[in-house]
Amino acid sequence: MRKLNGIKLDHRKNTENSATVDFPLPSRVKIPMSMNMGAPCQPLVKVGDEVKVGQKIGDTEAPFSVPVHSGVSGKVAAISEYRAAGGALCKAVEIETDGLQTVSEDVKPPVITDKDSFIKAVRESGSCGLGGAGFPTHIKLNPKAAVDTLVINAAECEPYITADYREMIENPDDVLGGIDLVKTQLGIKSCKLAVEANKPEAIKCFERMTEKDDSTEIVTLPSSYPQGAEKVIIYNSTGRVVKEGQLPADTGVIVMNVSTAAFLYRYSKTGMPLVSKRLTVDGNAVGAPKNIRAVIGTSIREILEYCDAEIDSVIKVISGGPMMGMSVPDMDMPIVKTSNALLAFKSYDERKTSACIRCGRCVRVCPMGLMPADIDRAYKTRNIDELKQLKVTLCMNCGSCSYVCPANRKLAETNQLAKTLIPRN
Amino acid sequence: MNKLIVSPSPHDENYIKTSSIMLNVIIALLPALAAGCWFFGLRALLLTAVCVVSCVVFEFLTRKLMKRTNTIGDLSAAVTGVILALNLPVTLPLWMAVAGSFVAIVIAKQLFGGLGQNFANPAITARIVLMLSFPTAMTNWAVPFFYKSSADVVTGATPLVSGDASYLDLFLGNVGGCIGETCAAALLVGGLYLAIRKIISLAAPLSFIGSLALLSFIAGDDPLYAILSGGVFLGAFFMATDYATTPITTKGKIVFGLGCGIITFVIRHFGSYPEGVSFSILLMNVLTPFIEQLTRTKAFGAKEDEKK
Repeated sequence: MRKLNGIKLDHRKNTENSATVDFPLPSRVKIPMSMNMGAPCQPLVKVGDEVKVGQKIGDTEAPFSVPVHSGVSGKVAAISEYRAAGGALCKAVEIETDGLQTVSEDVKPPVITDKDSFIKAVRESGSCGLGGAGFPTHIKLNPKAAVDTLVINAAECEPYITADYREMIENPDDVLGGIDLVKTQLGIKSCKLAVEANKPEAIKCFERMTEKDDSTEIVTLPSSYPQGAEKVIIYNSTGRVVKEGQLPADTGVIVMNVSTAAFLYRYSKTGMPLVSKRLTVDGNAVGAPKNIRAVIGTSIREILEYCDAEIDSVIKVISGGPMMGMSVPDMDMPIVKTSNALLAFKSYDERKTSACIRCGRCVRVCPMGLMPADIDRAYKTRNIDELKQLKVTLCMNCGSCSYVCPANRKLAETNQLAKTLIPRN
Repeated sequence: MNKLIVSPSPHDENYIKTSSIMLNVIIALLPALAAGCWFFGLRALLLTAVCVVSCVVFEFLTRKLMKRTNTIGDLSAAVTGVILALNLPVTLPLWMAVAGSFVAIVIAKQLFGGLGQNFANPAITARIVLMLSFPTAMTNWAVPFFYKSSADVVTGATPLVSGDASYLDLFLGNVGGCIGETCAAALLVGGLYLAIRKIISLAAPLSFIGSLALLSFIAGDDPLYAILSGGVFLGAFFMATDYATTPITTKGKIVFGLGCGIITFVIRHFGSYPEGVSFSILLMNVLTPFIEQLTRTKAFGAKEDEKK
């Protein structure tokens, strides 16, 4: 069996023992109509409208999309333009909170009787993949191919982030409830809960809880990055290979983030849609690193201030982990559904890029077995045939190649640029 | 309001730099250099200093002349200087060492685009050019500890020609030869240091030394003598592992080492030159792009390419 390459990272899980604290209700939130993969929503409210907690404030007819809900009660103050992480413009609903947090009468447990009603309920929950990619959950749970295994992604392989870990420690029943719910509704027989070896507490806890359950297996993943990458976790927990051009479901697998599973369970019980999120706040500019639960739409600046960040000396903010997270251009941007960490740094030195010395480190670390050094060369000459042969489209942008490059070449970035040269057929 | 730095992921990097890799190579070469000084006197150190300084100066001047960024800070020119010096006999006139440095840095390296772009190992190229240009000076082998005797420089044949050195003398370097190639023990220490620091892979050195020993054994030569004499260890650990001029993948490195072993054996056994290590590495350098084409990694989950 092939062993996939990986790299050793300094875990820096400083917040693993920090129990989640509720972030105080902000005076104003800004809720984008596009927070994840899929079509943006149109606002269902106008300026001046009263909204309540859990009320749907944005939706669209497009099937590949999820609705947006308000996490606060208050009055719509503005509908503004917002540039989403992908670069596209969409609308954002800005709400002034009234502090009452009146819950909408729409919030009631969904009636789930069969698979169709389940999928419908999942869409109404506003759920998307909470691991960071934000794939609409109701699409993922409704694959065309037959699925026999549910893989729960609890690898959390990025440094700093402990949000999923806290979910497992604080709400293990919700996690198992979510697994049961999905298994029952989709008729899936077996589940693999895959956890990286650096979370022994969580592994112990779930092994104890699933002792009598033969259909759920706890898989301990090696402590090497990127264990949480979809193809890697499928391979390391089931031995199945998702081939080029295939979806996980084509190999009979659905991969779901552990926090998403727990959320689905809570939604099935309460009907409260996805309106708040647990985030790890850390980085060397943050005085008090911790895990917080904040309403979606809360400004990043307020959250950093709450965690004693030295706002004036912050020069870099990352939404997500240091390996695959996105740079935040403006601290006044809100947190969104896919946010799982905010990292603020007061020092950030980027070494200059120099010539490739062909040391081969990038080749040795690539989990997909690609050759970033050769892709870099082929990209420079825009050699599309060569790029196709080098299978650049298989790159998942885990960043391992850039991380190890002694010449500090932006190999992962080049891979993404190179992908755009290859025509889709 | 403070401006935030926006850049694509990853936002983290490890701390290995080109210069730290090169520094480690220099450290790994020090035992061999020390052994060279011990056996051949302090002129070995002088010759090394001349090579290093002239390599760095040539690197600086060429980059300046070509209006490119100054790259002496990456220490690759210094590494070339040390390796070149270790490939020279201690008696070589200093100006010839400078000429060798010119060939290595200007012709073999910078004219092809500098670090990472050269197809041939600069030090090997320089050694071969010097060998063909100044065959007498380049084969004027001093005997060990000549500097302690009262006579003028005493020279003799290398063990490859004489064929009568003991294994221990070969292993410790108590024989005639280039400054840095005689002491197999010191080269082994340096090579293992680089392997432990994960700077080089042992694939090429092992297949080089292994195939040479095997072929020598089959041909009825003494395999241990074959690998301990001449420049095998210096070539295998420090030149057949050069990043730019050898294949990237392990499979490619093994093929490269096998090729070096075979060519070295053929030259030594059938050719008119007593030593074939330099030629073997240079020839395999030339073949490297083809080896690379044939030994690429297989991407995880990749569909087989339709044959064209």
